[in-house]
Amino acid sequence: MIEWLRKVGADVIDNLAGIGYALAMLTGAIIGRPTPKKSFPLFVHQLYVLGVLSLLIIIVSGLFIGMVLGLQGYTILVDYGAEQSLGPMVALSLLRELGPVVTGLLFAGRAGSALTAEIGLMRATEQLSSLEMMAVDPLRRVVAPRFWAGFFSMPLLALIFSAVGIYGGYLVGSGWLGVDEGAFWSVMQSSVDWYDDLLNGIIKSIVFAFVVTWIALYKGYTATPTSAGISSATTSTVVTASLTILGLDFILTALMFGG
Amino acid sequence: MESRKTQIWVGIFVVLGVLALSFIALRAASGNTATSGETYTLYAKFDNIGSLKERSPVKVGGVVVGRVSNISLSGEYYEPKVEMKISAEYDQFSETSSLSVLTSGLLGEQYLGLQPGFIDDTVGMLEDGDSISDTKSALVLEQLIGQFLFSQGND
Amino acid sequence: MSNFVELNNIHFAHGTRSIYEGLSLTVPKGKVVAVMGPSGIGKTTLLKLIGGQLKPSSGSIKVAGAEVPKLARKPLYELRKQMSMLFQSGALFTDMSVFDNVAFPLREHTQLTESLIRSIVIMKLEAVGLRGARDLMPAELSGGMARRAALARAIALDPELIMYDEPFAGQDPISMGVIVKLIKSLNDSLGLTSIVVTHDVDEVLSIADYAYIIAEKRVVAEGEPKQLLKDDTAIVKQFLHGEADGPVAFHYSDDDFAEDLLGGRQ
Repeated sequence: MIEWLRKVGADVIDNLAGIGYALAMLTGAIIGRPTPKKSFPLFVHQLYVLGVLSLLIIIVSGLFIGMVLGLQGYTILVDYGAEQSLGPMVALSLLRELGPVVTGLLFAGRAGSALTAEIGLMRATEQLSSLEMMAVDPLRRVVAPRFWAGFFSMPLLALIFSAVGIYGGYLVGSGWLGVDEGAFWSVMQSSVDWYDDLLNGIIKSIVFAFVVTWIALYKGYTATPTSAGISSATTSTVVTASLTILGLDFILTALMFGG
Repeated sequence: MESRKTQIWVGIFVVLGVLALSFIALRAASGNTATSGETYTLYAKFDNIGSLKERSPVKVGGVVVGRVSNISLSGEYYEPKVEMKISAEYDQFSETSSLSVLTSGLLGEQYLGLQPGFIDDTVGMLEDGDSISDTKSALVLEQLIGQFLFSQGND
Repeated sequence: MSNFVELNNIHFAHGTRSIYEGLSLTVPKGKVVAVMGPSGIGKTTLLKLIGGQLKPSSGSIKVAGAEVPKLARKPLYELRKQMSMLFQSGALFTDMSVFDNVAFPLREHTQLTESLIRSIVIMKLEAVGLRGARDLMPAELSGGMARRAALARAIALDPELIMYDEPFAGQDPISMGVIVKLIKSLNDSLGLTSIVVTHDVDEVLSIADYAYIIAEKRVVAEGEPKQLLKDDTAIVKQFLHGEADGPVAFHYSDDDFAEDLLGGRQ
């Protein structure tokens, strides 16, 4: 019994220490004198790596998810003679939930794992140590531009995902299943609200961007510098980030739409 | 040069993001909910509000002019009391206006239909905090059917 | 002659495993100092202590007169500009070409124009014989070339002190010879101070001005190479001549073998 308590205690202490270290890492990376001339090109390069290289998977999945929503929604709604509501159904599910959440999950798998592996490898090959010995702070040089790029690109990806998804829903609903085109858009427009739906969705994706990038960087930075360590850190990034996204999504949804 | 290609792609990425945002903002969503701009508040009491909810629209001839902002029970007899936020743009409703709980389509959402009253020198305009007294309650299907059967039986 | 690096009575532990107990050594300015010892006694740790990446639990580390463990972040980063370290793996940045790797410290710490940086980089690459490899990526280099490229990067800012972490490990005889020569000639021509941490005795003793042997968590022998080779302390002899039996145990310390076999430890 006492041994069990000791284990619980040790786990809690370990976790708290981990969170503390992650916080320290984050503040070390994002606070401090910015040097725009040097860091902006780094930021742009990371936007390319994290944002542009994720575009394809985001656009393709957005299109397919939108099309599936159109198809499924139609078959359900047509039973009630309410196929006019297909537009808002597709748009609301994408903007409020699927856009931020699926983008977050895909981003964790596509960009987050790559971030962790890259930084973990930099640690394993002593590149981070070597930066430090060259009097260059790896937190500002390596972690900060990646953090900001992730933070910035994920909401954009989520918007692109939702837009493509809505278009996919339109293609299926209007082009294939024959929902009136005018009704599709106008009913959507009258029931989707800038503040309630669009803005809340964007806030969600910003929160997810923050969490995913942070987890990925932290896992990479603290990875055990061996091949097994890096592979487990990469897995752990995807698992932790995905679960955190889903958990936070529930909390955010409850806060935004629940009360 | 590698960095030039990178910059072009990042440019495309950001432009795509902005396009997506404007597409959603302009094509898919709208802010014409009358609750985003300036509003004023009106109250009304009903016998039965049916399935009216917060955020249900208030319409004049099908045009949304405001939204229900709160529903509560008030007074000794626990009458349903509805608070509405009406867009400040439409501030010329006379005190004789009437309000009814209507349904869009057979199975649709319920909303408040505002019927503007006549205007002459003897009646004032509705202002912030005023109540609309002329209200018609929601039709409850069961009661309707009951009345119908009852009247049939009387024949 | 002043000492560039002074370590006095250092105690250091990784978690619960004690690495150093009362280690002291000095590195005179302008000399090549070898630090030798069997594998796994924390020679890299020693260099990280000097570089301020790790802090000792007690003892003093002075580099260029500054007490390294007590330095605040900013002066520490200033001090690090005067030293550089050649990592065992080279630690080249894998996403940049050789040229950009060497140019990296210059671009980070100086305001030089790009054409001046180019001239310096070409000079440094010429010094290590890799001028022709400037456009290659680190992945395209052989181990020896990667280490020489890293060396070019290490001397890019003309540091006062270079620390070599196992520069000879895993090299073929030719590139080993090249690196030995490079360390010596860089030291003499640029007036550097060098610390070479290694277990390759013959190579390092041929160029070192002074040598330390570390074992059992502290310095067990020191002196000029000639003196050390004549030293007949058991541990020095064992290490310098590579004998399997001696004071340094072949086995990682554990319970008694016979007892363990008979199930002494569960």
